[in-house]
Amino acid sequence: MIVVEGLHKHFGGFRAVDGASIEIATGSITGLIGPNGAGKSTLFNVIAGVYQPTAGRVIMDGEDITGLPPHDLFHKGLLRTFQIAHEFSSMTVRENLMMVPAGQLGETLWNTWFHRGRIAREEAELAKKADDVLDFLTISHLADERAGNLSGGQKKLLELGRTMMVDAKIVFLDEVGAGVNRTLLNTIGDAIVRLNKERGYTFCVIEHDMDFIGRLCDPVIVMAEGKVLAKGSADSIMQNEAVIEAYLGRGLKNKAKAEAEA
Amino acid sequence: MDFLNAIVALLNFVVIPATSYGAQLALGALGVTLIYGILRFSNFAHGDTMAFGTAMVILVTWAFQSVGIHFGPLPTALLALPFGIAITAALVLATDKAVYRFYRRQKAAPVILVIVSMGVMFIMNGVTRFIIGVGEIRFDDGGRFIVNANEFKKATGLAEGLAFRSTQGLTILTAIIVVAALFWFLNKTRTGKSMRAYSDNEDLALLSGINPERVVAVTWIIAAGLAVIAGTLYGLDKSFKAFNYFQLLLPIFASAIVGGLGSPLGAIAGGFLIAFTEVGFTYAWKKVATYVLPDALAPDGLAQLLSTDYKFAVSFAILVIVLLFKPTGLFKGKAV
Repeated sequence: MIVVEGLHKHFGGFRAVDGASIEIATGSITGLIGPNGAGKSTLFNVIAGVYQPTAGRVIMDGEDITGLPPHDLFHKGLLRTFQIAHEFSSMTVRENLMMVPAGQLGETLWNTWFHRGRIAREEAELAKKADDVLDFLTISHLADERAGNLSGGQKKLLELGRTMMVDAKIVFLDEVGAGVNRTLLNTIGDAIVRLNKERGYTFCVIEHDMDFIGRLCDPVIVMAEGKVLAKGSADSIMQNEAVIEAYLGRGLKNKAKAEAEA
Repeated sequence: MDFLNAIVALLNFVVIPATSYGAQLALGALGVTLIYGILRFSNFAHGDTMAFGTAMVILVTWAFQSVGIHFGPLPTALLALPFGIAITAALVLATDKAVYRFYRRQKAAPVILVIVSMGVMFIMNGVTRFIIGVGEIRFDDGGRFIVNANEFKKATGLAEGLAFRSTQGLTILTAIIVVAALFWFLNKTRTGKSMRAYSDNEDLALLSGINPERVVAVTWIIAAGLAVIAGTLYGLDKSFKAFNYFQLLLPIFASAIVGGLGSPLGAIAGGFLIAFTEVGFTYAWKKVATYVLPDALAPDGLAQLLSTDYKFAVSFAILVIVLLFKPTGLFKGKAV
């Protein structure tokens, strides 16, 4: 469970996040939506330790994790993916995945040269695990491809795969569906649901695709101008006048109404 | 016979010296390029790190010699090398903790780190001179030649002698071993891969649980190792003089930039490119030309394109020419 209390992040005079308080319940797939510039990604960045908050606290399972550096949060099981997919472009897809689990034997200079056998065994296990992950994501044919050569959607899958290399508790997905076609988006959606059900991952998802949000997320939090505007089930959010005004527009409500009548 | 003489002269005066000089530049440039790739600034203190490390190696060498420890036909300095590396690595790690880490925490712009490294350079510069003095020091011992000029003449009956000094052979051999070990390390080991990952995409590396302080520390240790090895080989091959190492910074940077900053392969290619052009432009070609060309065409002068005083100008001319056509260097480094 993540609790964010009265979080502020100001850049000079600009209040990117302006006193947002949210809760992400363990085991949920929480959606985070809102217009561009609402402060969603900044909120993610503060929670993930990329930015120091101007004020406010972030608490994970009762522990104050405000302002911890990203690699420490990683060890606590808090992971994130990027809006624009990141990858180690000169390494293969499998190597990208094998980079992830921290605290491997081969991380010290000494072990590198003097414990070759133990490292080799550990790396063989990791390679096996990476291949399982690629199977799960249905991209095992790309294992030996250089990650820089992947398409945008495949890179998004790789981002998701990275979170599967460790026992993550909570994963923050930043626009995991942006620039991804329908079929691949469904694959990603299925993977998220399965990870949530089978492995008990908690997800917090920023997304603009309301169908995707509606299918996956409960509850949904709406942000606008750095503040939390509304929170509730996907259906109630789509009916919420303030949200429609700030973000969704009239078209979607009409569509929802038409669907309800049909 | 003339043709063979020409080849021997070419080997003797151009190929062998340039290869060993190139190997020294390549090792130095590797250190610069690793620091640039991972810490993201040009480390101007690298030349003086080489000088400091070599000074330590010389002190340990003297200590060994005074108690009668020798390394057979090889220079005693090779035995002292691990000690020199350890002391220098400790110094650069301490410098990092005391100086660079502060600026990393401040997320200082690269240009500020460059200037900071100049400050470090002047301090190291002074410390080295304070410890070992400003004079020229020769510290090579052991066998002098692998191939001796006179014996070569006798054995082959050629007019030209071929001299292959053991320090040159040692330089080339050591460089090959060190480069092979470094590439194995960067490509095959977890530590090396996390260094590459950190260099490739810092944000992602941090969010993959890679500990930046450890990556930085390992980078400094390796850069110190490369600097001390390069410095010692250069000192064995020529001689040790603190000021020469300060000057060596220029061709080393030229090598790293020509190859592409941040690219280890580029550093090696750049090192040899700079060394061969430098030696090629400043060598008096009269001898080789006289052997190859018919008598009527033999040059009257030295046939030297540039005086050796201009050798640094050659490095920079190459630098400018390569960057005009390939702005990120031969091997696509990071944009400067």
